[in-house]
Amino acid sequence: MKIVIIDYGAGNIQSIKFAIKRLGFEAVLSHDVMEIQNADKVIFPGVGEASSAMAKLRASGLDKIIPQLKQPVLGICLGMQLMCKSSEEGNTLGLGIFDLDVVKFPKTVKVPQIGWNQITGIKTDLFKGIPDKSYIYLVHSFYAPLDVETIATSDYGLIYSAALQKDNFFGVQFHPEKSSDVGSEILKNFLTVI
Amino acid sequence: MLTKRIIPCLDIKDGRTVKGVNFVDLRDAGDPVELAAIYAKEGADELVFLDISATEEKRKTLAELVYHVAETINIPFTVGGGISSVEDVDILLKNGADKVSINSSAVKRPELINELVAKFGSQCIVVAIDAKQVNGSWKVHLVGGKVPTEIDLFDWAKEVEERGAGEILFTSMDHDGTKNGFANDALAKLSDLVNIPVIASGGAGSVSHFTDTFKNGKADAALAASVFHFKEIEINDLKNELKEEGIPVRI
Repeated sequence: MKIVIIDYGAGNIQSIKFAIKRLGFEAVLSHDVMEIQNADKVIFPGVGEASSAMAKLRASGLDKIIPQLKQPVLGICLGMQLMCKSSEEGNTLGLGIFDLDVVKFPKTVKVPQIGWNQITGIKTDLFKGIPDKSYIYLVHSFYAPLDVETIATSDYGLIYSAALQKDNFFGVQFHPEKSSDVGSEILKNFLTVI
Repeated sequence: MLTKRIIPCLDIKDGRTVKGVNFVDLRDAGDPVELAAIYAKEGADELVFLDISATEEKRKTLAELVYHVAETINIPFTVGGGISSVEDVDILLKNGADKVSINSSAVKRPELINELVAKFGSQCIVVAIDAKQVNGSWKVHLVGGKVPTEIDLFDWAKEVEERGAGEILFTSMDHDGTKNGFANDALAKLSDLVNIPVIASGGAGSVSHFTDTFKNGKADAALAASVFHFKEIEINDLKNELKEEGIPVRI
């Protein structure tokens, strides 16, 4: 199985690579269009700021390539947010895969949300074998609201999308690579079940 | 619901843990990677590695350690100690650290916070503040609490937030090492003042101290070293008791 982690200079990808290695697979980092298109599974990571990450995607032309991928794609954290229509962070347009506008948490909660929260209302094989209310690790200031594409929710002052899915595209707001055994299981599902 | 975090802190010197550890099931008590893996398994929510080496080899050794920790454990971890530039942070994050903690370097040159936030994002920049009470007011101290400044803890915390830090790690020098509990009055004031998470540090001696700092100190997370290293408190037991007290924890 060929696993490619999209390398576009946005954030720490070493941890995702290690998490995949702990599951017994190898992932390669790549920004090469052919290599990404030919992968069996694509992981779209991201930490940092949305508008500058989008600028990097546009500069490399990956903003056009990613929405046309046919194999399973998993966006993680900012990766998931960039798969949405737009983000309030730096007022940027996103890739438009999910029909959602990413917005900032209200001032009634501490921002960023940092730590372990629960997922509920889980759907699809991405969460196969994962009990409802499992704990996952999150670090984020912006969130995707609920929509028909929501496949897991979480609660931080309001209920938001902890995971999204449309066709072959999956997105998780949390960090599966840092979410202990639950996270490893979710990554494993993406690699072996989806 | 977002849970309260329990964070063991490991002091690192030249790539090894220092201060004593009392883990009977460790093959090598000085190996930070092995200790980190045990804490992760026991239910720690995060780990902090504080590097206290002063050698020239420090950067390389620390980067290698970070790489091996990231390779091994599946929970987040923060690295601190002597970090003073964008380049320092870049190396640590590239090797797999989730967050970095800066302290004296931020006080000496506060713009460093803005520079790091602009390049890496708020979510991975923790500002550690060491403070103690001088004539009734909390003053920031540098170099592990050795060098006093005239800077007020609360003014500095507000500035740190405004400059974009994602989290504050507050250590009370008055409480650190006493095992008499955390500085809950100052913590509660800090937590009300800023709208970013606050990690309590210094003073943990018993399970009730953790309960108090979450309830009265309004802390988002609590950090401790020796009570965990010497197995005076087991993380599992601690979390079970916190849960019974109605504090949300990940079990």
